Amino acid sequence: MRHRTFFWFVFPTVSAMILFIAFPIVSVLLQSVYAPHPAVLVEVETCTPLVGCTIETVMDQDATKALRNAEPLGRFVGFDIYFDRGHLAISEVKEIFINSNSLYEIFKKVSNLPFYRAMGFTLTFTFVVTPFVIILGFLIAITVNAINSKLKGLVIFFSLLPFVVTQLIGALVLFWMIDSRGILGNAVQWILSDPNLSLKASTGVMWVSLIIYGIWHAAPFAFVIFYAGLQTLPQDQIEAAKIDGASRYQQTRYIIIPHLFPLITFVALIQLMDNFRVFEPIVGFNASAHAQSLSWFIFNDLGGETRQLSSAAASSVLTIIGVSILLFPVLLRTWQDFREKT
Amino acid sequence: MIKKLFYPAIFGFALFFSIPVFAGCEISARVSIIGNEFPAIQTVGAGAQECKGAEVTSNLTSEHKDIQVPGMKGNPAEYTSAIISTSSIVPLMNEDLIRPLNDLVAKYGKDLQSSQLIKIGDNIMAVAFMANSQHLMYRADVLKEIGVEPPKTYEEMLSAAKIIREKGIMENPVGGAYAAGWNLGQEFNNIFMGYGGSHFKSGTAQPNVNSEAGIKTLNLMKALSEYMNPDFLTHDSNATNAEYRAGNIALLNMWGSRAASQTTADGVIDAVKNNHSIAGPMTVGGGSIPASTLWWDGWTVAKNISDEEAEATFIAMMNGIRPDMMQDQKIRTQAVWLIEGYEPTDAAIGVFESAKMSTTPYPMLPYMGILHGALGNEIADFLQGKESASQALADVEAAYMTAAKEKGFIN
Repeated sequence: MRHRTFFWFVFPTVSAMILFIAFPIVSVLLQSVYAPHPAVLVEVETCTPLVGCTIETVMDQDATKALRNAEPLGRFVGFDIYFDRGHLAISEVKEIFINSNSLYEIFKKVSNLPFYRAMGFTLTFTFVVTPFVIILGFLIAITVNAINSKLKGLVIFFSLLPFVVTQLIGALVLFWMIDSRGILGNAVQWILSDPNLSLKASTGVMWVSLIIYGIWHAAPFAFVIFYAGLQTLPQDQIEAAKIDGASRYQQTRYIIIPHLFPLITFVALIQLMDNFRVFEPIVGFNASAHAQSLSWFIFNDLGGETRQLSSAAASSVLTIIGVSILLFPVLLRTWQDFREKT
Repeated sequence: MIKKLFYPAIFGFALFFSIPVFAGCEISARVSIIGNEFPAIQTVGAGAQECKGAEVTSNLTSEHKDIQVPGMKGNPAEYTSAIISTSSIVPLMNEDLIRPLNDLVAKYGKDLQSSQLIKIGDNIMAVAFMANSQHLMYRADVLKEIGVEPPKTYEEMLSAAKIIREKGIMENPVGGAYAAGWNLGQEFNNIFMGYGGSHFKSGTAQPNVNSEAGIKTLNLMKALSEYMNPDFLTHDSNATNAEYRAGNIALLNMWGSRAASQTTADGVIDAVKNNHSIAGPMTVGGGSIPASTLWWDGWTVAKNISDEEAEATFIAMMNGIRPDMMQDQKIRTQAVWLIEGYEPTDAAIGVFESAKMSTTPYPMLPYMGILHGALGNEIADFLQGKESASQALADVEAAYMTAAKEKGFIN
């Protein structure tokens, strides 16, 4: 292909990518190295009902506006936000390492810092949910593939439901069920005859609930991908294997799994990415006291009465970096496969 | 038969007399309202929507705090009015999103009482229409059964809870909006005030919660939580009230604005309907200042809108708080109105007691929201027994300092 033709061929894609991917990322990066101007505070007489007039501190709007107009981006803070306690907490971690006597103490103190605590949950969630989703999705796929074709449509429809239900709704339903007055929470209390048992009050159980929810929600996704892959299975190879006396297990191990391997890589990639950004279940389960993630930090920073845009932007950049690190081994492997083939 | 005729007659009568009043509200530009969602605010919103001539829309939701700033930051702003309270007006003022109302009050505010005007320096920034505070609500039958007077202090509340549990009446008799986040932070604020704590070192933005009063507060919250539904860290005001209406709890510290609806919502059991009682706020640790905070709710007009829209908004909102609404018995019980002609009802006792006992107003400081947020997120660890009270409070201060530095409140 001539260069000119090639250029016009990829031009729409490249410009869309610059517009919709590169620009937003650059803007987030920019936002994360700037913070709001110092607040100019003044004391004025403030009158409110039932209390009367008192002297209160408020922001001086004219002075603040002058500052904002002079430098609309805010004040440049470099990587300060990335290194502060809400994120990588560099100086806090350094101090902990200097002042701690045992590894356990270091671990305990570091996991009290918001970023590392959130990482603890996010990574556990990611590395438990992803393999389970792949295994469960695969099992459902080969099961569905084996059943009578008349029933298939119905079974596929019901297997897909968890994925179709909006994440937040699915999380809320499970959350209500495990409430101490909900059907599951009550059943567990009854089985263990402990009326004070709360599934929501224990961090461990909350993590397990979130993980089960994550698997329940994403398994259909893996199922659909694998099921589609199974339809392209080379029947002659299977028949040859059968004639050679290969058992069902051997067929699966030596023909089906290698055939589906590119799809397994694909599902792993998507799942690692999705699970690292776990968010809806934390909100749906009201679990922020037990489990937090970077996405939840962003939500928390942007909500409420204090909108910390710089902090949210820094968390976003850290999420991008985190996802890149997670995906690196998988991408490296794909690249090597590609090189071997060419 | 008489009944059949009676209601249409009353209805027709009311309609006949109310039309001339509503006809008084004519507006010529759009009005769009954002606000919280308890009964009194719904009444104000509905009152504003009675205006004719242009569209009046309202978005009343418990998520209002997250929506109001982005919704008023654009130019023109999506919302022309935010119904706010002592705390939620602060972010609007910090971002300079609401306009001074002096001219509009002079032109259209003849029905307002001077106590309704929220003045910051010379500017009227909001019009208040109700007062609010958290105070005791209790089940009279349960307290009678154990022979205990309604608690006046948190210590009495604890001992009453102990007796109720020991007598086997209720397993977890205490309720509280302890959901991690804003609610939990607010419960800390209440008791902290009762112990005489102050959130900031005087005259600065430096936090002051990691103090003796802070530690006492956390220990009391922990003691109270032992008598709560074990899921307490996920219960907000709505969930706590649902527990109360279902007859699962007997004692709670709850918002006055929810007092009237405790017995009128769906699914309230008869024992609650017949025995729901309210009293003033409790004190703590032998102090005389109530362990509560005093609030007002009011409305504002957005800055980034045209003068026509601002005028229409002011007229419509005035229609939502007009004095003749105070004749309606149902509306009167919904809140402690600051509107002229309001006669207190039984549901108002708690808030009036709060005012009488000189409850501390919620601090209206530009950086209070950050500290409130940090409290709500960090003290859950202590209540779950994961760390000590002083460690939790140190975490609160550290989290606050990080955010306050970013926002430019501390250098």
